[in-house]
Amino acid sequence: MKNNVLIVGGGPAGLEASSQLQRLGYNVILIERSAALGGHLAKWDRLFPSGVSAQDALKTLLGRIEGVKCFTDTEVQSINRLDKSYNVILSNGITVLADAVLMTTGFDLFEASRKEEYGYGIYNQVMTNADLEAYFRNHSDKRIDNPRRIGFVHCVGSRDEKAGCRSCSKVCCATAVKQAIEMKQAFPEADVFCFYMDLRLFGRHYEDMYLKAQKDYGIRFIRGRVAEVAENADGSLQVKAEDTVASKPLKVSLDLLVLMAGMRPSVSGRRVGELLEVPVEEDGYFSVREGIVSGQRSPLPGIFLAGAATGPKTLPDTLADARAAAVLVDDYLSGIFTEAKHYKNLVRELW
Amino acid sequence: MVDFGFGLVPSSRINLDLFDKQKYEELASVEPDVRKCMSCGSCTAVCTAGNFVTTSLREAIESIHNGQPGKALEMLGSCQLCGKCAMVCPRGINTRHLILSINKIYGKI
Repeated sequence: MKNNVLIVGGGPAGLEASSQLQRLGYNVILIERSAALGGHLAKWDRLFPSGVSAQDALKTLLGRIEGVKCFTDTEVQSINRLDKSYNVILSNGITVLADAVLMTTGFDLFEASRKEEYGYGIYNQVMTNADLEAYFRNHSDKRIDNPRRIGFVHCVGSRDEKAGCRSCSKVCCATAVKQAIEMKQAFPEADVFCFYMDLRLFGRHYEDMYLKAQKDYGIRFIRGRVAEVAENADGSLQVKAEDTVASKPLKVSLDLLVLMAGMRPSVSGRRVGELLEVPVEEDGYFSVREGIVSGQRSPLPGIFLAGAATGPKTLPDTLADARAAAVLVDDYLSGIFTEAKHYKNLVRELW
Repeated sequence: MVDFGFGLVPSSRINLDLFDKQKYEELASVEPDVRKCMSCGSCTAVCTAGNFVTTSLREAIESIHNGQPGKALEMLGSCQLCGKCAMVCPRGINTRHLILSINKIYGKI
């Protein structure tokens, strides 16, 4: 008998956990509500800090999930807690008896139009980080026509209590620096400005990327949150902020403004969480049992969490979290189903 | 002009549209390290002249970026080139050389 593990969400966390659990000898069922696997990674062009291709990274992850039963266009319909396991009915009519459930439900991008003062969806020349990635992939966007002056606004929907999100989204600073560099590569004559409150370039090589942005690409970093954007008669934008280093209000006219939309808890992930009754914290992300020492266990037995379901994470963070979750799922199942034959037990028998 | 007995003070708002890119590129070609400043303020904190007169390389670089080179020259007017700022700069900018270049390039206004 092999234990069934249900993984909810086919983004990087779900893919990586699937492959690890599959190798540990479990029967893995991965469900994804959209038509394709890959989550947000599938929509991205290049990844910070080194600029590797997001599609190549995704291909590597997809290449490791052989043997995993994947259902796309599939959602969780209902869940019943049994004695040791969960009876899960999927929207495609299949019922899964899951001995463990791993929630890798990820995040939603903050809806930039909610920050009305930035004019996304109102002014033509305002776009989001996701729109810009789509441009890098397709090389076509009617907003981008040889822009001479480009601005990046950090913390859109992050560190903003009024927008319902007090926390930092963690990845946007590095993404903004990466995208600013890419825009300078595409349009060397352009002036590029980044409006930040604090630059959070915590990861390995991130600070080098920042230095490169300043030194090699001449990108200007202005400390201060953009407060208001207006459209000029010619369609260009008038942007106002305070330069908090100079302690002076500042204005600049721009041809293009890119909003770094942050991470919000996934709405559809929350729906599954409610079915399972997984508690959430004030910030909207799922709570974990012991935050520091085992951050991949939910407070409920047999339910595990990985990736951005428990707060904003970078891609390497997410993958490490998924591997850690796989180990904890294995620990849990080996303890509960002692008679089950897994790879480990087989190896032990051989010895 | 009729004298109304009062005048209007020009706006102190920074207007980045007034930034002189050509002149800045001239400076950056001699002093590429000017781009490396991250406004930490170490130079200003240790400035010997700054104990007596407002002197700040950090603010001078900012002012140039913000289209106010006159203010930058003012900020550096009392510099004695003692070089303490070069010792503390975390990004290793040759501050003395930079100060001289700023004066040379923007001083000819």
